[in-house]
Amino acid sequence: MAAKKTDIIAALQKEILSLNGIKTPAISSGLPKGLNFMIHHLPTGIFPVNGVHEFLCEKPSELSSTYGFITGLLSSCMNIKGMIVWICRESFIFPPAILSFDINPEKIIFIHPSSEKETLWVIEEALKCSSLSAVIAEINELNFTNSRRFQLLIEQSRVPGFILKLRSQKSVTTACISKWKISSSPGHKGNDIPGVGHPSWKVELLKMRNGKPGSWEIQWRDHSFVELQSPEITEILPDFQKKTG
Amino acid sequence: MSQRYLTIWFCYLKTDWFTRRNPPFGKIPFVVYASKNGRMIITAANSIAERKGIRPGMVLADANAIFSPLESIEDKPELFETVLQDIAKWFIRFSPVVASDPFDGIIINATGCAHLFGGERKYLEEIVSRMKTHGYSIKIAMASTIGAAWAVTRYGTNHTIIESGKEWETILPLPPESLRILPEVTERLHKLGLHQIKDFISMKRNVVERRFGKEFILSLNKALGHAQEYIHPVEIPLPFVERLQCMEPIVTRTGIEIALQKLIEKICISLFSEHKGLRNASLAIYRIDGKTQQIDISVNRPTNEAHHIFNLFELKIGVLEPGLGIELFILESNKTEDHLPAQEEMWSTAGLNDHAIIQLLDRLTNKIGEKKIHRYIPGAHYWPERSFTEALTLDEKSVVNWAPNKTRPVKFLLHPEPIAVTAPVPDYPPMLFRHRGKLHSIKRAEGPERIEQEWWLQEGQHRDYYYVEDQEGCRFWLFRAGHYNDHKSVSWYLHGYCA
Repeated sequence: MAAKKTDIIAALQKEILSLNGIKTPAISSGLPKGLNFMIHHLPTGIFPVNGVHEFLCEKPSELSSTYGFITGLLSSCMNIKGMIVWICRESFIFPPAILSFDINPEKIIFIHPSSEKETLWVIEEALKCSSLSAVIAEINELNFTNSRRFQLLIEQSRVPGFILKLRSQKSVTTACISKWKISSSPGHKGNDIPGVGHPSWKVELLKMRNGKPGSWEIQWRDHSFVELQSPEITEILPDFQKKTG
Repeated sequence: MSQRYLTIWFCYLKTDWFTRRNPPFGKIPFVVYASKNGRMIITAANSIAERKGIRPGMVLADANAIFSPLESIEDKPELFETVLQDIAKWFIRFSPVVASDPFDGIIINATGCAHLFGGERKYLEEIVSRMKTHGYSIKIAMASTIGAAWAVTRYGTNHTIIESGKEWETILPLPPESLRILPEVTERLHKLGLHQIKDFISMKRNVVERRFGKEFILSLNKALGHAQEYIHPVEIPLPFVERLQCMEPIVTRTGIEIALQKLIEKICISLFSEHKGLRNASLAIYRIDGKTQQIDISVNRPTNEAHHIFNLFELKIGVLEPGLGIELFILESNKTEDHLPAQEEMWSTAGLNDHAIIQLLDRLTNKIGEKKIHRYIPGAHYWPERSFTEALTLDEKSVVNWAPNKTRPVKFLLHPEPIAVTAPVPDYPPMLFRHRGKLHSIKRAEGPERIEQEWWLQEGQHRDYYYVEDQEGCRFWLFRAGHYNDHKSVSWYLHGYCA
């Protein structure tokens, strides 16, 4: 009887989600490789592809971390076969660097609109095109109307959209399904390993519709995401090795 | 397939033209004159006057003495240039490439046209009879070179069709004037007793050239088909043009859209039937106040889809100002390419060939311009700025692969920004650096990775790149330009932000 009840609740939850615009794909794409620790923070345990994801990036270093995180996400979560449209205003993405996140730079079309108005038009046009694999766009400000328009388009075309907000706006409600803040964090916690190490970020999930917010330390290592253990454990490890060796 | 040219000579162009306006002139001797140095010189005489012995070049008073009373009309030289142009345009029904010849003639490129009229003989007859009903008497000849046809028209037998390759023997008995050469040269040829082309055609070319000039050789070669001759068609044929004349002037956007849709549908049907697709198209509007405006679109791949072309034009309709109204729309395509209907793929690879993506790019290009849309392929260079090149076409692939995984910044600064640096020892990574007023102290670093200048492209100092991480965990890509030396302070730059 109890099992039945949970089934009913799960079915109802799914129904609510589909009404919210989040459609569960027929074949579940599952979680991005190495992001299993996020499972309880995501709706129905999968990464919602059909939606606008908002990223806050004010500093240039945050911007570059966000680029890394999104490209990692795209390559590990979605089967990137088609083209990606990357809309950026001022910054220049170095194509060879994208390669280290397992995405072929030749599959990216970079568009540099000259004004905010033009940017919004280009994003809308790109989101209408269901053959694209993803749309990544940088804009200065995102208001509710714009985000709602993007979200409605995505529900039709099912192209994941990643909007990078370059200016901080305090308490602006948007229709995006999630809000993230990615900032860089040191590659090595301990002091004894030389070199900079793998790209590491502090990923803050500030909002996830039908999910829970959270915060993690994530590293991109060997073609997938890895959650960094808390610093204490990494520091203990050498001692442990000493004892056995 | 060899070219076929048809030349027409209007033997009595001026008198025929005046006779068309005033039919009674056709039955009496009649001349056209122009005043020159105070004398009335006859510039054209009709066939009846010629039979009486009146020739162009005579003084009008002399002609009056031969036959009186002689009808005469003053010449309008500039008028006949436009008359010839108009006649040439009329001839477009016989061939798309028609040019006017300043010597009262028309040159037609009849290649591939004659069979539509049932063979070359019938083609000629059709032209002669049509011209006769219009009141022009003409001489006509057809050959594989313009020069030979021209010569036979003026100096040979009328209605000649010279078969391809027989130009040589046909022009042999003709006088040198038939080669379209300067009067001085023909005069000299006659003085030397060379009255026919066969008299000098077998002479050594260098000897002839020394005496009569290069031009002479060139016109001889043109007649024989050894040199190519080009004509300037009165109308350059544009295969895909559609016109829409409006009964009432159009002022509204809806009206323009309907007109545009009709035109696009028509042009697409003709494109489709010829397996062509347009690469660019322009819509010209003619307003009732005489002003014209034009909007252009271009596409990345040839297309003949009415819906897509309309969408592209729709973005630009706002630019048009109908003013008092538009009376004529002309849609034309200047560039078309072969476009075969594609076989639908069972499994879409969703690559660059994807139809929807091409249409998206078309829309973007037409709205914001193609300079803002880029795609990059690897470049065969180590120098970071040259390690990628812009793809010129949508499916361009590079011959080289991307460089193997090395640390590179995701956010790249196209112009490296100078930074102030404190570095302990030469060739060591810096301890701290200041960029835009903010101090970053470096905790960890990798490097140096030395990248040399490509001396065959650019002179300058090499760069030593360091991959560094500051106290906040932000990663940067820095470089020092050149070596440390005693005289100069070395310069350091920030070249990008790493992920």
